[in-house]
Amino acid sequence: MKITIPMNEQKLESGVCPSFGRAPYFLLYDTNTNESKWLPNSAAESSGGAGIAAAQLLADSGADTLITPRCGENAEKVLSGANIKVYRSVDGTAKENIDALIGGKLSPLSEFHAGFHGHGG
Amino acid sequence: MKQLLILSGKGGTGKTTVAGAFIYLSKAKAYADCDVDAPNLHLISHWSIAPQRSDYFGMPKARIDAAKCIGCGECFSHCRFDAIEAGTPFRVKPFACEGCGVCSAVCPEGAVFMEPAIAGELALYRGDMHVFSTAKLSMGSGTSGKLVTEVKRRMGSAAEDVELAVIDGSPGIGCPVIASISGVDMVLIVAEPSLSGISDMERIVKTAETFRTKTAVCVNKADVNPAKTGEIRAFCRERNLPFAGTIPFDAEAIKAINRGKNIAELDIPSGRAVRSVYEKVMELLWKEAKQHDHQSAVGEHGGIG
Amino acid sequence: MADKPLTVAVLSGKGGTGKTLVSVNLAAAAGEAVYLDCDVEEPNGHLFFKPEKPEEETVAVKIPQIDTEFCTGCRKCVEFCAFHALAFVGGHPILFDEVCHSCGGCALLCPAGAIRETDKAMGTVSSGRSGHVDVFTGRLNIGEASGIPVIKRLLGKIPSGGESPVFIDCPPGSACAVMESIRDADFCVLVAEPTVFGAHNLAMVYELVTLFHKPFGAVLNKCQEGENPSEAFCLGHQIPILGRIPFDPELGALNSEGKIAARENQRYRKLFGSLLERIGKEARHEATSDSQR
Repeated sequence: MKITIPMNEQKLESGVCPSFGRAPYFLLYDTNTNESKWLPNSAAESSGGAGIAAAQLLADSGADTLITPRCGENAEKVLSGANIKVYRSVDGTAKENIDALIGGKLSPLSEFHAGFHGHGG
Repeated sequence: MKQLLILSGKGGTGKTTVAGAFIYLSKAKAYADCDVDAPNLHLISHWSIAPQRSDYFGMPKARIDAAKCIGCGECFSHCRFDAIEAGTPFRVKPFACEGCGVCSAVCPEGAVFMEPAIAGELALYRGDMHVFSTAKLSMGSGTSGKLVTEVKRRMGSAAEDVELAVIDGSPGIGCPVIASISGVDMVLIVAEPSLSGISDMERIVKTAETFRTKTAVCVNKADVNPAKTGEIRAFCRERNLPFAGTIPFDAEAIKAINRGKNIAELDIPSGRAVRSVYEKVMELLWKEAKQHDHQSAVGEHGGIG
Repeated sequence: MADKPLTVAVLSGKGGTGKTLVSVNLAAAAGEAVYLDCDVEEPNGHLFFKPEKPEEETVAVKIPQIDTEFCTGCRKCVEFCAFHALAFVGGHPILFDEVCHSCGGCALLCPAGAIRETDKAMGTVSSGRSGHVDVFTGRLNIGEASGIPVIKRLLGKIPSGGESPVFIDCPPGSACAVMESIRDADFCVLVAEPTVFGAHNLAMVYELVTLFHKPFGAVLNKCQEGENPSEAFCLGHQIPILGRIPFDPELGALNSEGKIAARENQRYRKLFGSLLERIGKEARHEATSDSQR
């Protein structure tokens, strides 16, 4: 699996970022090689459509699984179009969430909230 | 940290006054003003220290380099926002510019470029015991979920160990409101007993429902129209929304606020009533928290209504 | 040469100060009038006017439609879109129409000509009559980003060469929607309430009308005894105070029932009638003393 998680800091021992679209980084973790890559999230600075832009970043990254506390309906459309499965994160570090996912302990994220669409200047 | 958001749908219902009372009563160590279009909470929170100020950048705006402009008018004819003024040289009207970049793309001379534009200012007040996050959108800037999200994020990161945060939300039903609701534990709607107040309250309830956030309603200036207050009670019963109480119209409240006092600290009708609403809201916020968390862990969203 | 009919925009910086109260009652107190409700997110004027047989028209904006047959997958459109309204998924672009600002850029730049534009309904304008007033109400559909196209349609309803005064009920705040609403106004009425909040919000709209060089005056609403921070602000900034509406439980009750005070009550008919006269005078004075007109 290529798992991606929104993060505030570039550390596997850090907690999961509460925001999806505006997380500063996305961890990209390959369970085959146990390697971590850190993608800076260019979407964080967008005035609007941050969820969509972040999801596009992930769609292009090769990730197949996302662990996140929340996600908007627009982002979800992009993620499902890219065949990325979305799971709800639990309290704990990124590493703990990855282990929980591998152990089959995480549930799929089932509610997606409406967009915030910032607009105008 | 539990976050309580106070919304109103319509402006002028007393949302900020109620938020101020709640902050006082809960001795909240963290609070935020998400009404970035017309922030008012700072007017009743007394801080003697200066805040940390930072610029908020919104959409970039176009600018025309007069030296390169040949006056062909391509930018003018393609701009959908009436943001270009014809002339020698052509000029961008910054308030109308939405930052789409079409003018820059069609200019044959490369005379139009996009540059970062300050769309507002954030202020973070940090005392020994308290944190207050607020922001103001610049005039003419579009309302933005991004700025609201940033206000909340700054409060959150400056006050990680705080138990309860109170957030004064924005009026309306648009993106800033939606951005305020995201991630909070409970919404209290301050409604006004009037035809327009009820219509606006209903729109807000619908919006909060799409987030499945715990919601309660209270009525301010309830005695101005007891019949309409009754309609709001009935509406809450029908929708299974907790009714947190009523606050009477109180001329003393205005005098108090103008003198810099909080209604919750005074023995006046509105002060007594807001204390009672506060008790009910806190009961709902903390009691059902346990039930709510349990349901989340199972992957089920119960919520209220 | 006939004078252009007076166009008065009523604004307040914050909801709930009495913008709708003032604009609705001024229109009702005038003989024949036109009322535009530009508060398209939460229009309230129609609740008072209850216009007869309102006719509704749709307001639409352009959104892109991608023809996947012609699309080469170059992603130029996705990269260009400043609003992230396009994403590249499943081999072709998909549109998130509620984030789209209708700038037309993607259709313009597509090298394969695979994008054309279609209409998307985003709001309505409803027209009807209430007594002597032509009532136009703008409504933005829930979930839509910007109300400006609806406001533009409303402003287009002002009859050119008409004689009746026009009253524009503006959105609260000082954002782009408000600026659009005051675009054609001859005169701006700033409504303020007597609290520290009121004075602060008055300062915001004062800044706005000054920036746009609009003549203006203030109406103080909900006046009671005691200090009035908004009045102090007006005196300090030489803002003409056009009228004072007292805090009156009777007015509050009428308002909460959706009744138009100037139609129900002699006292208020007089109050708004005088306010109207005063506005007319101020506006004409500004017009004659402004050499550019």
